[in-house]
Amino acid sequence: MTSTFLPDKRSTPGADRPPPATAAAGRTRRRVLHWLTAVGFQVPALVLFGTLVLLPMLFAVYAAFFRWGGFGMPEDFIGGDNFTRLFQDPVFLGDLWRCLVLVALSLVLQLPFALALAVALNQRIRGRAVYRMLFFAPYILSEAITGVLFGMIFAPDDGLADQLLGTFGLDGLGGQWFADPDTVMATLFLVMTWKYFGFHMMLYLAGLQSIPAELTEAALIDGAGPWQRFRHVTLPLLAPTLRISVFLSVIGSIQLFDLVWIVTAGGPDHHSETMAVTMFQYGFKRYQVGYASAISVAMFGISLVFALAYQRFVLRRDLEGATTTMRGGGS
Amino acid sequence: MGDPALSRRGFLAASAAAGVGMTALSGCGGDSDGGSSGTTTIEWWNISTTQPTKDVWAGLAKQFEAQNPKVKIKIIQLENDPYKSKMTALTASGKLPDIFHTWGGGVLRQQVDAGLVEDLTDRTKGWGDALLPVSREPYLLDEKVYGVPFDIGMIGFWYNKALFDKAGVGAPPTTWSGFLDAVRKLKSAGITPLALAGKEKWPGMYYWAYLAMRTAGIDALRKADEDKDFTGDGFVQAGQHLQELVDLQPFQKGFLGAAYSTPTGQAATMGNGKAAMELMGQWAPVVEADAGKGLGDDLGFFPFPAVEGGQGALTEVFGGGGGHALRKGAPQAAVDFLEFFASATTDTELVKKTGVLPVVPAAESALTDPNLSAVQTQLKAATGFQLYLDQAYAPAVGQEVNDSVAGLIAGSKSAQQVAESITKVAKEEQ
Repeated sequence: MTSTFLPDKRSTPGADRPPPATAAAGRTRRRVLHWLTAVGFQVPALVLFGTLVLLPMLFAVYAAFFRWGGFGMPEDFIGGDNFTRLFQDPVFLGDLWRCLVLVALSLVLQLPFALALAVALNQRIRGRAVYRMLFFAPYILSEAITGVLFGMIFAPDDGLADQLLGTFGLDGLGGQWFADPDTVMATLFLVMTWKYFGFHMMLYLAGLQSIPAELTEAALIDGAGPWQRFRHVTLPLLAPTLRISVFLSVIGSIQLFDLVWIVTAGGPDHHSETMAVTMFQYGFKRYQVGYASAISVAMFGISLVFALAYQRFVLRRDLEGATTTMRGGGS
Repeated sequence: MGDPALSRRGFLAASAAAGVGMTALSGCGGDSDGGSSGTTTIEWWNISTTQPTKDVWAGLAKQFEAQNPKVKIKIIQLENDPYKSKMTALTASGKLPDIFHTWGGGVLRQQVDAGLVEDLTDRTKGWGDALLPVSREPYLLDEKVYGVPFDIGMIGFWYNKALFDKAGVGAPPTTWSGFLDAVRKLKSAGITPLALAGKEKWPGMYYWAYLAMRTAGIDALRKADEDKDFTGDGFVQAGQHLQELVDLQPFQKGFLGAAYSTPTGQAATMGNGKAAMELMGQWAPVVEADAGKGLGDDLGFFPFPAVEGGQGALTEVFGGGGGHALRKGAPQAAVDFLEFFASATTDTELVKKTGVLPVVPAAESALTDPNLSAVQTQLKAATGFQLYLDQAYAPAVGQEVNDSVAGLIAGSKSAQQVAESITKVAKEEQ
């Protein structure tokens, strides 16, 4: 689609170009001025980005090779020891495992649930705007508030969850929730689903609405049943949205922190700890900032590798248009 | 405000330029640090950011200024955690404020070793020595005085007298086996014996620390930190004794997920009469009444029981307080201020208005709360003192004690493993 616009684009630059009669000196000066203006506008943003984002990131990589308490400059160089220690640390290995579990649960349960709701709310049903708003509402709440809220809901005995189960006579099911190493991850996933399914549902709804009604109608006329229409029309056309949603969900699981920190602080006994929580513990509780930097570098590496691989192999088709345009613009 | 990158003198110059520093104006740009003719400005860094303490302290500074017209006190207040990190940065930069808050112990020792803290041994002679002995302990390093206390407290068992009566537990236990018996009695009476905030880890650490004090002894706790070796018999035994308690399942339902001061946390469980005991500091009655209903006259206090055959005694206390230290070379006015702050009049006001425990013996009469009086009695009778482990030890070691003891309580670590993992972290810290 984009390629059809390219000839127009190529023809436009000539229009505002100065007449060829202009002296070369004037053109150079104008070009310098143009360049200076561009630089002038970019410098503040570049300085801010450099000092507040790029530099700290590079420094974290540097610090990861030191035993460093976080104050003064790192001096005690220990090579890759922090990374060796990292991959022998049962807590960090557990973090990786729990991250995988969360990703798997999200892909298998949370996203299909959001998709089903989106498809349902894409039908003409009474009050669907209200439902959409209600299901999206949890996403608007901050992680901190969600954490405090569910901490109270799942409190033993007095909590809402236990009281509710109690009225159904299901006392044996309640009780531990966040307090038992065996149930803490399931409970946490429940809260995560509550918090984020609305966001994915909204993504899918937007995707669904961009599917032309004609296609569904055509399938209907061809005699396709509801499942066939979903499987062969809706799902393929929704694929770009699904791919983005999966991407956001995985990155979110890798970086999960606020919710866990507030609800369980990684406990009981590390059973709900995530990489970010471990990093926080070492960086700001134990003041082993070198080791904490190594954790953050590992997190960055995992996110980067995943993001690149995902873009290369999964998002390739979605990005094709974008890359073509860039090449076209450059020529 | 108080940018650590700015030197103190630079800061004064800046405030003078801004027309804020009355000092520099009256001193006409002269040396404001201690010129005999000019005014001296003293920076006082503290963490009293909450009321009523904030106003009381500001009032005391004003009072001191009125008595000493040539001295100005500049108060800089930070919250607890920001203060800690700022002080670590200042320590690294080699410049500390004139008067600064300290908890004593390991952090103060680091600052002393860096040559940044004034030795007050001679300069506080007389008035300083008269303070409650146990309250001075955290600031005594190698028999030298490096700080003056204004508060002192300790950890002990707070118990619900009504629930003790109901379960037929007579007098509070004084031995560990007696304590375990009391736990069993409470349990069989259908009462939750202990409230514990498992999520926060530090309340669980108190048990191990006290047991280590009772079995291995205070000297062993200090020596273990110096030698980076916590694998001695006494420490393993401490873990085993804690294991005996954990095996009785004495804690409230869901304690592993419980916080300390939230409406469903440890203090609330205790304050609402749902558990018979909690091991906590002198602030416990206030938090119990804040997070829960509070127990009123039913609340009692007893010291951590002695362990049969152990090195420690019932009268050795685990605790900490608050004090002030001076930077090396601080002006005499700063010492004068510390003396003023540790006077009977000031301390009486602090005890009455801000709820701290008296450090000046003459101020004891100001103590009216029976719970605090009970704590004070223990503190006065103390024969030994151990500072909170997270203040006495390096942060990573303190955190590892919390973490591995939490593991023992959750059932994933043995007593031996607790001793080993603390030792491992202590060794890594050099």
